[in-house]
Amino acid sequence: MIGVEHYLILSGLLFSIGFIGVLRRKNLLMLFFATEVMLNAVNIAFAAISNYYGDLSGQMFAFFVIAVAASEVTVGLGLLIVLYKKYGSLDLQVIANMKG
Amino acid sequence: MYEMIAFYVFAVSTTILFAITAMSKNVLYAMTSLAAGMVIISGFFFLLGADFLGVVQLIVYVGAVMALYAFAMMFFDATRDIKEKHGNPALVFLLGGLMALIFVVIFSAPIIGENVKANYPIVEGIGNAQAVGMVLFTKYLVPFEVAAVMLLVAMIAGIILAGKKMDHSLTTSDDEPVEYEDELLKENK
Repeated sequence: MIGVEHYLILSGLLFSIGFIGVLRRKNLLMLFFATEVMLNAVNIAFAAISNYYGDLSGQMFAFFVIAVAASEVTVGLGLLIVLYKKYGSLDLQVIANMKG
Repeated sequence: MYEMIAFYVFAVSTTILFAITAMSKNVLYAMTSLAAGMVIISGFFFLLGADFLGVVQLIVYVGAVMALYAFAMMFFDATRDIKEKHGNPALVFLLGGLMALIFVVIFSAPIIGENVKANYPIVEGIGNAQAVGMVLFTKYLVPFEVAAVMLLVAMIAGIILAGKKMDHSLTTSDDEPVEYEDELLKENK
């Protein structure tokens, strides 16, 4: 039998992979992919906890995370298209115009 | 036994696929490995008895979100390798590794909350989809409706942002009125 710790550790590792992606990516589209990885990792943890306690609340929260991710992708991709039309690139160093 | 084999196969493949997503230089490779990883993550949900969540993961993430990314990539040049200037990769991996280490230590600790009582316990004898429906449409009805409104707002925002000429405000511009001519009509002239 696989314990809940296995799922939680896997979820933590996947979250860290997404975190590394968010830190090192300079291309905005790739940055979005990394955030998707992080959201998916959290969903695994929710489902594992839900299974462990025999409680459906974890699955409910996972549904709402999926809804939030879907709307985030919609608005984010719209913004990316506007940025690409304006700058011709999605690189953060090209887009950044406030050198602070 | 089978659960263990399935878990380890899924765990290794999701880790590798998501590592490709985080490290790859090619947008197409990153997107494909992300989609494959999401398919395999739905396998975890089926293993955990959350059947409906697994199906939703397949339909919404793999079906809708990745298709949206694929459509959006028509606007960007996806065939060229992206060039990124990495300032300090060692620091990034140090921070990520530390975070992973902390997560592993925290999650491998014994779970103390044995006296936690389930708010909405999983009832034996009815399917997962039915149980999810009963909880979602009674206890979580208001968040469900709010999520529906949020998706509607996101849809309108997506249309406005990506739509042609819709970034030009017709009411607040001080310039003289712009001739809006249909491009198809222009071509036919």
